[in-house]
Amino acid sequence: MPVKSLDELRKIREDQIKKVKLRETGESDDQTIEILVGMATCGIAAGSREVLNELITQISTKGIEHIKVVQVGCMGYCHSEPTVQVNMPGHEPTIYGNVDRNFVGEILDKHIQNGEILDDHVLIKTYHSAL
Amino acid sequence: MTTQRTHIMVCGGTGCVSAESLQIVELFKEKLSGVGYADEVAVIKTGCFGFCGQGPIVKIHPDNVFYVKVTLDDVEEIVNEHIIKGRTVGRLLYKEPETQKPLPKHDEMSFYKKQYRIALRNCGLINPEDINEYIAFGGYEALGKAVTEYTPERVIDIVKASGLRGRGGGGFPTGLKWELTRKPVADQKYVICNADEGDPGAFMDRSILEGDPHSVLEAMAIAGYAIGASEGIIYIRAEYPLAIKRLETAIGQAKEYGLLGKQIFGSSFNFDISIKLGAGAFVCGEETALIHSVEGNRGEPTKKPPYPSIEGYNGKPTNVNNVETFANVPPILIKGAEWFSSIGTEKSKGTKVFALAGKVNNVGLVEVPMGTTLREIIYDIGGGIIGGRAFKAVQTGGPSGGVITVADLDTPIDYESLKSIGSMMGSGGMIVMDEDDCMVNIAKFYLEFTQDESCGKCTPCRLGTKRMYEILDRITQGEGTMADIDKLRTLGKSIKDSALCGLGQTAPNPVLSTLEYFYDEYLAHIKEKRCPAGSCKALAKYKVIEEKCIGCTACARVCPVNCISGAPKQKHVIDEAACIACGACFTACKFQAILRP
Amino acid sequence: MANIFSLENADQKLKALDAFILEQDAKEDALISILHKAQELFGYLPSELQLYVARKLNIPASKVYGVVSFYSYFSQEKRGKYTVNICMGTACFVKGVEKVMHAFSEQLDIKSGNTTPDGLFTLKDVRCIGACGLAPVVMINDKVFGHVTENDVSRIIDDYKNMEGSEG
Repeated sequence: MPVKSLDELRKIREDQIKKVKLRETGESDDQTIEILVGMATCGIAAGSREVLNELITQISTKGIEHIKVVQVGCMGYCHSEPTVQVNMPGHEPTIYGNVDRNFVGEILDKHIQNGEILDDHVLIKTYHSAL
Repeated sequence: MTTQRTHIMVCGGTGCVSAESLQIVELFKEKLSGVGYADEVAVIKTGCFGFCGQGPIVKIHPDNVFYVKVTLDDVEEIVNEHIIKGRTVGRLLYKEPETQKPLPKHDEMSFYKKQYRIALRNCGLINPEDINEYIAFGGYEALGKAVTEYTPERVIDIVKASGLRGRGGGGFPTGLKWELTRKPVADQKYVICNADEGDPGAFMDRSILEGDPHSVLEAMAIAGYAIGASEGIIYIRAEYPLAIKRLETAIGQAKEYGLLGKQIFGSSFNFDISIKLGAGAFVCGEETALIHSVEGNRGEPTKKPPYPSIEGYNGKPTNVNNVETFANVPPILIKGAEWFSSIGTEKSKGTKVFALAGKVNNVGLVEVPMGTTLREIIYDIGGGIIGGRAFKAVQTGGPSGGVITVADLDTPIDYESLKSIGSMMGSGGMIVMDEDDCMVNIAKFYLEFTQDESCGKCTPCRLGTKRMYEILDRITQGEGTMADIDKLRTLGKSIKDSALCGLGQTAPNPVLSTLEYFYDEYLAHIKEKRCPAGSCKALAKYKVIEEKCIGCTACARVCPVNCISGAPKQKHVIDEAACIACGACFTACKFQAILRP
Repeated sequence: MANIFSLENADQKLKALDAFILEQDAKEDALISILHKAQELFGYLPSELQLYVARKLNIPASKVYGVVSFYSYFSQEKRGKYTVNICMGTACFVKGVEKVMHAFSEQLDIKSGNTTPDGLFTLKDVRCIGACGLAPVVMINDKVFGHVTENDVSRIIDDYKNMEGSEG
């Protein structure tokens, strides 16, 4: 479906922005939680692929709903790879560093299901952190 | 084998053992099994952390928390607070001597506070394999605007007014480059993206391509529209398989959406992008060499003029920009030239991405406005030097740049200021070095690199860098003479003046700049046959300082070649002939009784 | 030495290479891409393979050799099953990768650029692979090992040797 005009592009954007505005504003129409996993070369070398797979496996075995796992590029925190960002509707995002497979369960059980932030792994908790 | 979520590392070095660290290990095990955590948490006795003055040391992985002066009484609290509740026991953290502030494991605040992300705006935010997410964050709007609302001249004017300059190293004004390529009349023109990131220690282009490939595609199409080209080529290192894969995916999606291909946004503008792989040659980062490589030849540079804007790929006008430069283009068209030019310094606008690496706590990719000081980057963002050691120098510009010393830490960095202090912006590698790094050795490292990567076409570079390398090697072996210093200077200057391309012209920079700022180190190597940083193996000799040695035998026990003799409680002696200068005794001694060369 | 074309599956590989060359319209400016493909298929680019490519593209063998020898990514020697790439980027250098290189060289008993007699390991120094956050970095085939110290070397080598033992 080729985009033939700027208006058509903007229409796509309108549709898509609903899916990603959680990342900018903490709002989500359908209350979906997002987990972003940094999947650049550094992250993958440090084990982010295992983390991603573990997230997907545990989400399905634990039967958690309204949750989406998204692979993203380098977040810049090379010193703490693998990095994982949790975006919960209505909350500021949380970025965890040095995440391993064992920690995935904690993120899901404590943070996602109980809203408990795991301070020791937190790198940063704010919006527009780069600004 | 079961995997444990946490490892408690207890120092089993001599100093700590004497302060009952072995009992601490046992007590940890006991307490952990008492709360049922024995299988989840491993208690490990480790070698010396080299921090004996603060022993016993307990380090918790993967949290990277470092507790000092731990006693048997503290064990229960660490288990209850840290292991069970996940809270750091603040009072046991190491406090910085000067400030008495507990040293935090990660500086939660500063890493991002001073940053401003333009080129990296989407990295880590969007799924790079989903074009919809790129569009959701405003992607392809700039291209749409350009081809439907702006004339090519207008696009060039905006880029010119923004003050954007080439981020690959040279800092040539991007808008001007586009204009120069637009002018000549030709049946075909090309846009090339230089993704042959060869500077050792720089990885920003890779991160952009892996994290936000569409921004580069969009900008290439905009450049194509501006200069009148319908074909784009991305020249990328074969060593970046993931970036290549993500680019291929992105190109496929953009074509599907008609954002690449024929009649983009219903206009008469056509643009396609293909990928060409490099094959491991640093010199191919130079425009003319790159173009020869794209043509399937040896990547040897040719004389300029003719510039690629007149005679480039296949003899046609060609515009070459690097990845980071392109990534800046879409936001400029959306937010306007004034917005971009309001960021940065007088002559260097916008931001620069640096790959901060080396002896710095927070190794990472940082994007800061031009004019930020090195101190802000290294200390506020980078969290300072690893292990609290002393900062010695930072190398920018990779093998083409030079060292910057503590005196210039507060210089606002931009293209001009870096040049004036003998370095250059380069692609943005920033390697931080501490007191353990020998500057002569670093210069040798870079010269080894350039003489290896020299394409061999022109004599000054092919032979000159080799001779310079040999002289440096001689100096690090302790066989240098004072005449060598003059030779280095003369050679360096003549290579700068006479080499054909940028690689050769800048190759002597690491030597000339270390000669200027660390002349003493060269002298120490030559006159005293001594390496002040203790890193040149051939010159390293360790000695026991008799007054300080109490005969604890720690050094003798760690010595891998058994060249340290002495009975317990007696002064020890190092047999210099047998010493391999590994430095193990220096690390092991907690009384500073080993003199490092 | 056995001719590369007499090896197992050589026919299939050559067919794949021919198809790729056709896809590129046998154009001279696709030479580097074609050599990448050839190396991917055969593992290295011995002279008979260079000659084959030259004839297919109808260009002098000297040009192919010139290109192959210019770029460090191309290898004219057979490589071991596992290529141990030691990153020689600056970040790794200041973090002490030289010691790691030395340990590999000593324990495999080969110099950089060479292959062990059993054909298992090739030791190579490579330019920055851009994983500076993990420095010092060693890449064995596609797997990246970060924060490697000289003490890790024997374990890494043993792991690969054991893997080999259990496969055989």
